[in-house]
Amino acid sequence: MSIARQNRLNTFAAHGALILYTLIAMFPVFVIVINSFKTRKAIFREPLALPNADSFSLIGYETVLKQGDFFLYFQNSMIVTVGSLFFILLFGSMAAFALAEYRFKGNLIMGLYLALGIMIPIRIGTVAILEMMVQTGLVNTLWALILVYTAQGLPLAVFILSEFMRQVSDDLKNAGRIDGLSEYRIFFRLVLPLVRPAMATVAVFNMIPIWNDLWFPLILAPAEEVKTLTLGSQVFIGQFVTDWNAVLSALSLAILPVMALYVVFSRQLIRGITSGAVK
Amino acid sequence: MSKDQAKPKFRWHIVVFLAPAVLVYTAVMIYPLFATLRLSLFTEVGQERVYVGLQNFRTLFGNAFWSEQFWNALGNNLWFFVVHMLVQNPIGIALAAILSQPKLRFASFYRSAIFIPTILSFVIVGFAWKLILSPIWGIAPGMLDAVGLKSLYAPWLGKEAYALTTLSLVSVWQFVGIPMMLIYAALLSIPDEILEAAEVDGITGLSAFWKIKLPLILPSIGIISILTFVANFNAFDLIYAAQGALAGPDFSTDILGTFMYRTFFGFQLQLGDPHMGSTIASAMFAIILIGVCIYLFGIQSRMRRYQF
Repeated sequence: MSIARQNRLNTFAAHGALILYTLIAMFPVFVIVINSFKTRKAIFREPLALPNADSFSLIGYETVLKQGDFFLYFQNSMIVTVGSLFFILLFGSMAAFALAEYRFKGNLIMGLYLALGIMIPIRIGTVAILEMMVQTGLVNTLWALILVYTAQGLPLAVFILSEFMRQVSDDLKNAGRIDGLSEYRIFFRLVLPLVRPAMATVAVFNMIPIWNDLWFPLILAPAEEVKTLTLGSQVFIGQFVTDWNAVLSALSLAILPVMALYVVFSRQLIRGITSGAVK
Repeated sequence: MSKDQAKPKFRWHIVVFLAPAVLVYTAVMIYPLFATLRLSLFTEVGQERVYVGLQNFRTLFGNAFWSEQFWNALGNNLWFFVVHMLVQNPIGIALAAILSQPKLRFASFYRSAIFIPTILSFVIVGFAWKLILSPIWGIAPGMLDAVGLKSLYAPWLGKEAYALTTLSLVSVWQFVGIPMMLIYAALLSIPDEILEAAEVDGITGLSAFWKIKLPLILPSIGIISILTFVANFNAFDLIYAAQGALAGPDFSTDILGTFMYRTFFGFQLQLGDPHMGSTIASAMFAIILIGVCIYLFGIQSRMRRYQF
C-alpha cells in the first residue's frame, strides 16, 4: 500500500514539474500574442489580462500591414526554405545513394569529406562567401541564400540518408537490375520512395534553422525586396521600437507561420529525433 | 569476349550521383572556409591586397585595442557556454527523465509544448524577453511583486553585471528542448530487461536513474555537450536581436560572433575590415576545432559504450 501511495506521489510530482516547465516555456509566447490584440492603454495597464470587448484592438496589425511588406517577406522566406530543402534532399539523397550503394575507390574518404561540415559551422567562412557572392553578382538575390543553406544542410543530410539507404534490401535493387532498369531509375523509382520517412526527417531538421536564420540574410541579402521574414521583422521592430502595438503584432505575425508548421510537422520532428536519426 | 567487357566499365552514374552535392558543398562551404583562413594573412594597403603573414594575428593578440575586445568576447563566450552546460543540460536531462517514466499521461503534450521555444527565431525570442523584462512594461516586476519579491527586480538586460547571464538564460530557455529530446530518445532505448533486473535487485526510482540510466546515457550527454559547444561559439543572432551589434551595455554581452560581425562590417566610426574579420573567424575556427578534437579524441573514444 505504501508503494502505491508513493507512486501516486511520484506521478503527482512529475506532473507538477512538467506543468511548471510547460508554463515557463509557453508564457512569453502567450503574453506577446494576447497583448498584440489590445489597445496601447490596456497593454500597459493589465499586461496579463486577455483582450476583452473594451481593450480589443487591431491597430498594431494595421500598422504592420501598412508599413512593412510582410507578405513579400513571407514569400521570400518560403522560397528560400522550400528551395533549399529541395536541393538538400535531391543532392543529399543522390550522394547518399552513391556512398551507400557502390563500392569504389575513395568511398570512405568522400564520406568523411562530406561529414566534415557536420561539426564545422559554415558561418566561419562568411567573409569569403560574401566576396564570392559579390563577384558572381548573386548578392541580394534569394539564390545566394539557397546556395548557402544547401551547402550547410548537405553534410548531415548525406550522413542520415546514407544510413537509411544501407537498409534498403539488395534483392529489390538487383531485381530491378535484372529487369533492365538503369541505375538512375533504380534510385528514383525504387530507393527514393522507400526512404521517404528519412527524407521527411531531414527536411524537418533543416526547415527550422533555415527559416529562423538571421546571419546570412543580414549579410548576403539585406535589400528590401529579398528580405526574409526573420530579417524583415528584425528591421521592422528596430524601426518601430516605441510603437508597442506594432512591435507586438509583428512578433505575433512572425510566430504564427512557425507555429502552424510546427503543429503540422511536430510528430514527424519528434519521431525523427527520438528514432535516433542523429547519433 | 572482347577486351571491353573484361575490363570493368567506368561507372559514370557514381559521378553523376555524387557531383551536385560535392560541387555545391565544396564551392559554398569548404572553399570559402579556406579562403577565409587565407584572407586572414592579407591586409589592404591603398585598395590593394597585400600579404602580411601573421601580422593580423599579432594585431589581434598584441594590440591593446583589439586584444582587449577579443579576450572580453572570448571570456563572455565561455561564460555563455558554462551557463548552458550548468543550466540547460541538467534541466533537459531532468525533464527527459521525468518524461520517460512509463505510463505518464499527456507525455506527448508536454514534449511538444516544451519544444516550442526551440522552433522560434532568435528575433522573436530576443524581443519577447526584452519586452517582458523591460521596466517600462512591468510584467517582470509586476510578477515578482505578486510573490513579494519586488526588491529582487532590476533592469537585468541594461545592467552590465547581469546582462550576459540574463541573455544566456534566455538562450537556455529557448534551447532546453534539444537536450531534452536527445536524452529522452536515449532513455527510451534502454531495454526494459535491464531496468527489471535492477528492480529485482531493489534498485528503483531515483537510484535507478543515478546507477543504471545515467551511465547508459553518458554518450548522449557527450554529444549534447559538443553540440552546445559548437552552437555557443558561433552564436550571434540572439545577442544581435536583443542588444544590437554593439552588444551593450558597454560590450558586456559581446561574444565572438558579434565581435566578428562588427569587425567585418564596421559600425559607427569604425570601418569594416574583411581581413581582421577573417582573422577573428580563423580564431573561432581554431577554438571550435580544438573543442571538437578534445571531444573526439579525449572524451568520445574513452567513453564506455554498451550494446543492447
